[in-house]
Amino acid sequence: MNRQSNTYTLIYSIILVAVVGVALSVIYQALRPKQVENINNDTRKQILAAALITPREGQDIAQLYNEHIESAFLVDKDGNKISGEPKIDGLQAQVQKGEFPVFECKTDKGLKYILPVYGAGLWGPIWGYIAFDANGDTIYGAYFAHQGETPGLGAEIEKNEFRDQFEGKNIFTADGTFQSVQVVKRGQEPKDGSAYVHAISGGTITSQGVQKMLYTSLEPYTAFLTGLKNAEK
Amino acid sequence: MNWKKSFIPLINPLSKDNPVIVQILGICSALAVTAKMEPAVVMAISVTAVLAFANVIISLIRKTIPTSIRIIVQLLVVAALVVIVDQVLKAYTYDVSKALSVFIGLIITNCIIMGRLEAFALNNTPWASFLDGVGNGLGYGIILVIVSFFRELLGSGTLFGCQIFPQAWYEAGYMNNGLMILPPMALIVVGCIIWVHRSINKDLQE
Repeated sequence: MNRQSNTYTLIYSIILVAVVGVALSVIYQALRPKQVENINNDTRKQILAAALITPREGQDIAQLYNEHIESAFLVDKDGNKISGEPKIDGLQAQVQKGEFPVFECKTDKGLKYILPVYGAGLWGPIWGYIAFDANGDTIYGAYFAHQGETPGLGAEIEKNEFRDQFEGKNIFTADGTFQSVQVVKRGQEPKDGSAYVHAISGGTITSQGVQKMLYTSLEPYTAFLTGLKNAEK
Repeated sequence: MNWKKSFIPLINPLSKDNPVIVQILGICSALAVTAKMEPAVVMAISVTAVLAFANVIISLIRKTIPTSIRIIVQLLVVAALVVIVDQVLKAYTYDVSKALSVFIGLIITNCIIMGRLEAFALNNTPWASFLDGVGNGLGYGIILVIVSFFRELLGSGTLFGCQIFPQAWYEAGYMNNGLMILPPMALIVVGCIIWVHRSINKDLQE
């Protein structure tokens, strides 16, 4: 048989692609459940990271999560609890449907409320989890992650140096209006006393993405957080 | 063929014909994944597995491959193996696969792999190709491990994540060398290894 003929080459490539395709899909199907479990545990780990809880080496994340997250529920834009519970593998889809997940987390510094936030950086999606004190106003801890921001620049949002800045910031002004937290360049701090953190130099678009993400994602929680605030008084 | 001769493909790449420090292949990933030892070891194992199996598969079908699509067939086989490695890592060592992120996908572009397929597997028997794959993978792995050993020890003061230097040293003023974590130091460490290696093997000096 002539190995160099067009027919042979064509048939050869079709068969090869078919064989490889089948092999890959079988492997994908076989490993899928385990991968989903890993991804879910990673999400749980990120949620806990917002409340400044880091698992020890080799600790079972699911167990740690169950110990700390006392309850998780959904609220609507008016701050009322609605039926259903947060789906750990579909939080963002729920947010888009107008069902906003809230995680109640027990820490040694009292009860914290963890809310997910979603936005866009320079190259792709960025997301995070923000933990609030029981007064629904003061940020207790923040966790940010990104898909593919520039290492050393935008990617710095996941570093502690950036995240730690958020601790203790109030997202409401003294008279109770929602103001979020601004991410500003050094030297351009707002003079009116509103809450801000310093942006990452060289990571301007990502920093602006964080600011926008915080505003648009936390804004729907205004009613819920104000409710917490009033209950505290 | 005597016993010793048949193992030449396995032994040679470990030192005299090392892919990284003699053939200067696969440098890119040697810089990227050597800041910590754990990802370096996983990367070494992954590349060895991909290289060995790709070599065997290509060697098995070498007589059937149409010359005109030779490279495409090689790429397809390598890409399929890399996807399998990626999926397995995601399922069993999720944190490591997160740390290695794109570099697993980039095994496809590791020059060592295509280089060995073209230069060896296309003209040799499956068994010899397997040995050649394992040998080159290990040769690559040795360098990764040596580089990451120095980078993690001096850069983070740890090995496989365990604290090596006692806390008292830090209190006495010792500091981790942050530069070791950055990619340029990997090049310099590789350079030092080449220096030592060439001064031992005088016949390699140009």
